[in-house]
Amino acid sequence: MFPELNNLLNTTPDRAEQGKLTLLCDAKTDGSFLVHHFLSFYLKANCKVCFVALIQSFSHYNIVGQKLGVNLTMARERGQLVFLEGLKSAVDVFFQPQEKPHPLQFLREANAGNLKPLFEFVREALKPVGSGEAGWTYPVLLVDDLSVLLSLGLGAVAVLDFIHYCRATVCWELKGNVVVLVHDSGDVEDEENDILLNGLSHQSHLILRAEGLATGFCRDVHGQLRILWRRPSQSTSQRDQSLTYQYKIQDRSVSFFAKGMSPAVL
Amino acid sequence: MTLSEGARAGTRELEMLDSLLALGGLVLLRDSVEWEGRSLLKALVKKSALCGEQVHILGCEVSEEEFREGFDSDINNRLVYHDFFRDPLNWSKTGEALPGGPLGALRAMCNRTDLGPVTIALDSLSWLLLHLPCTILCQTLHTVSHQDSCPPGDGSPVGKVHVLGLLHEELHGRGPMGALSSLAQTEVTLGGTMGQASARILCRRPRQRPTDQTQWFSILPDFSLDLQEGPSIESQPHSDPHIPPVDPTAHLTFNLHLSKKEREARDNLTLPFQFSSEKQEALLRPRPSQATSHIFYEPDAYDDLDQEDPDDDLDI
Repeated sequence: MFPELNNLLNTTPDRAEQGKLTLLCDAKTDGSFLVHHFLSFYLKANCKVCFVALIQSFSHYNIVGQKLGVNLTMARERGQLVFLEGLKSAVDVFFQPQEKPHPLQFLREANAGNLKPLFEFVREALKPVGSGEAGWTYPVLLVDDLSVLLSLGLGAVAVLDFIHYCRATVCWELKGNVVVLVHDSGDVEDEENDILLNGLSHQSHLILRAEGLATGFCRDVHGQLRILWRRPSQSTSQRDQSLTYQYKIQDRSVSFFAKGMSPAVL
Repeated sequence: MTLSEGARAGTRELEMLDSLLALGGLVLLRDSVEWEGRSLLKALVKKSALCGEQVHILGCEVSEEEFREGFDSDINNRLVYHDFFRDPLNWSKTGEALPGGPLGALRAMCNRTDLGPVTIALDSLSWLLLHLPCTILCQTLHTVSHQDSCPPGDGSPVGKVHVLGLLHEELHGRGPMGALSSLAQTEVTLGGTMGQASARILCRRPRQRPTDQTQWFSILPDFSLDLQEGPSIESQPHSDPHIPPVDPTAHLTFNLHLSKKEREARDNLTLPFQFSSEKQEALLRPRPSQATSHIFYEPDAYDDLDQEDPDDDLDI
């Protein structure tokens, strides 16, 4: 996790809010550093994490996680991390007989299916086991990413329904958190992706949006992060808060600074 | 704030919520990611409950606890909550889910037996529009919101029906939005600038011109409305605020103005292609003596002045 990002979000692993949906989106840049941040954040917060990783392999996340101070292999072995490696298990749908529906069963279906098997996988992974458990604080679902589900043939409404059920179970019933990543297609007119992104934006409590700089690629400033808090739990501050920072990704950390205040130009 | 100002603010607050609930029928609350509309929906729900109406909530997007948060107990007791948040698509198959889903619940409200005034809050109409065919949803909404216009045979009066629909603008195309818009008697579009929320209210009264007004407001933690001063509160077609005109001809290096003599000379000029009566006379009367034009041709040294007609050899 990146301590500077924790400061911006005013949160630490010890006192993070529960029952929240966080939406990560990126436009014209790679927002996966946010996924690595939240993965290590919640592992350090001693949460039970279910990670639906559809984009990269386990070893990729493990290597980055080690730079950020968490060991995914050990977390998986002691039961803290349930990892669905989409790239590997997608092949199992076709080549291994399954007695119950595989989480990625929709890959086999000719017409647009739904994500009920994937939801049941998540629910099974995060359901609280009785006493004798190592005492994880609260469950967390992490998905990287949802846009690839649209590319695999699902409709935006099916993905929204999946997240709805995850919210109902993980956020409301189990008082945990859900973090998902969606790519913003930007200039390319992608109606389904826009419906997914806007639909999730309306349901989210926190939106982190990583954008490339409007002027193009820069060596010292890799992009801009917009933070939008929605639906505050206490209704005193009715107005949603929005902040913008620029960032630079380094080997083991990400540094944030106000717009125009990059150390390289000061 | 003086007493009269407070009273006026109070009446204005009543006016805004009352104007939204006055017409009955479908009230569309169009919100966006930046300017959310659920708090206004809850403010309207609270107003209806305080007026003694029966209030039904079709909750699809947020949990019941979250919706009821902020209401005190006497309002909460008047709300009938139909929970479609936990299992809207019946995936758990435990039989707990309400039969027929949200559409079934909405249709059941078309056939209600008690005829007092009722408010139905749809949270959200966007959820229904994404999951149901637009035509079926529009037909059901029309039936529900027009119950009061077809009284039953025994002549007993039917209470007014309000249907409040929360609609997320960015999720739907122009077709469905236009269809819902045409069904609605009142349409509220939420927006704002500089941290101040505004509502643009479009009312379609029967046999009257639609009114369009913009109201700046904020919603207090107990879901009552606090009206604020904004740029324009008159009910008229929305016009831009008056900008004092800057005279662009003030400091020029050339002269754009005409003196009186120049103006007269300009007005007396006949334009070359203007067909006046004199020109008509001139064209109708042939003038053999007047040569219309001269061509002055100076041949160059290498010009080939051949007097023969080059088209002679054409056999036409």
